[in-house]
Amino acid sequence: MKNEDIVICRCSDVTLADLYELFEQGYDNFEELKRIARVGMGPCQGNTCAKMIQWEIAKYFDRPLEACAIKNIRPFTMGVKLQAIKEAAEDED
Amino acid sequence: MRTRADYVIVGGGISGAAIAYNLAKKGETDIVVIEKSYMTAGATGRCGAGVRQQWGTKMNCTIAKMAIEFFENAEEILDYDGDIEFKQRGYLVVASNKDEDEQFAKNVALQNSLGIPTKHLTPKQAQDIVPHLNTENMTSATFCATDGHLNPFTMTDAYYKAARRLGVKIHTGTSVEDIVVENGRVQAVVTDKGTIKTDVVINAAGGYAKQIGDMAGVDIPVFSQNREILVTEPVEPFQNPMVISFSKNIYCQQVPHGAFIMGRGDDREPGLSTESTWRFLDEMAKTAVGLLPPLGELRVIRQWGGLYNMSPDRQPIISGTDEVQGFYMACGFSGHGFMFAPMTGLLLSELILGEETTVPMDELALSRFDGKDLEAYETSVV
Repeated sequence: MKNEDIVICRCSDVTLADLYELFEQGYDNFEELKRIARVGMGPCQGNTCAKMIQWEIAKYFDRPLEACAIKNIRPFTMGVKLQAIKEAAEDED
Repeated sequence: MRTRADYVIVGGGISGAAIAYNLAKKGETDIVVIEKSYMTAGATGRCGAGVRQQWGTKMNCTIAKMAIEFFENAEEILDYDGDIEFKQRGYLVVASNKDEDEQFAKNVALQNSLGIPTKHLTPKQAQDIVPHLNTENMTSATFCATDGHLNPFTMTDAYYKAARRLGVKIHTGTSVEDIVVENGRVQAVVTDKGTIKTDVVINAAGGYAKQIGDMAGVDIPVFSQNREILVTEPVEPFQNPMVISFSKNIYCQQVPHGAFIMGRGDDREPGLSTESTWRFLDEMAKTAVGLLPPLGELRVIRQWGGLYNMSPDRQPIISGTDEVQGFYMACGFSGHGFMFAPMTGLLLSELILGEETTVPMDELALSRFDGKDLEAYETSVV
């Protein structure tokens, strides 16, 4: 399978070929890749791509896996509608 | 790590990037930028990605307008191969009481006098621009069609790539631990990776600007405050402008890739925390769904916080200081450092090199706070 056909980040449609191109430009860590390519910023919040990107960084730059940090964990763990948050807040008021 | 440089810039956000680029473009290329984390890890990368010219002080209007003119041509000027996602779809500013309406009438007159094409609208006219806007309890609105959206990550990347091509060195993952001052002059910057001798240090540390000032013995009257923000899942486009209200305490836009970004500025204790709270989430959901009802159906996927670096008059401090020769600062942006960055870079580079500045900088000087009455105070802050 060609690298341009291997989708790493499904939310933001980033392929393995895209990732390699960014590596070549010098983006060598998850935080910078996230800022440039939006990996980890979609509805799955990196739950699909983060581990794969960590592996690819480790392989490409020949670093130990544990030296390759992945994303910050931030709320939420899954999407919640604003209306539901509003209603819950009003119930508490 | 370099042991000497003509200029050391502290902070790898957009201000540091713009200052580095502007100095380098003027031929001063021996520059080191020190960033303790990653490019745009601080306030730049956490901001609401909006750029506007609708301000209440002449200085803020003037520099915002010139910044927008730069953004219009930024990809060509910086020869950037990426996309800065500059989209001029306007800012709609909603007034919800008589006082605010009267203030907005003054703001619009000021903005128009400076060539900013803002219009004062009725609630009905505002609804023509944002059909899903709830006009209940709304007095009027103002709209400037040339305000808009800009991607903080790629805009900063564009500056850094251009600066690097001119020879600027950038050290990420490097912390500034001290600034050595002797006989009233900057001598060196001490980092956790080594010491860099220099005559000029530029404090572009955003939320940490006060701490960097303290290292040099310069007391900067700013404080930092956590402002929270959230983003929804991306959906098909249905809201063109950024919608903001100072009295309702909200800014909310749909960004080009489809997500809605919204934030508010609940008054917090000054500090360096960027925590996410449920209190913000509750208030944000109530305000956003109240003002823009269809947003209730959108799923929130992430929330985060970032630091506003507040100055006493909520205008930037772009300045040197008589106390310490060679120490310069670009801070106190009060939540608007991203959108003013092109002018931050231009003006500070002019000031440092002793050139005539593009706009008079007295109202941006640190010395304006020396016990004098302030000439202006910016009320248009969320």
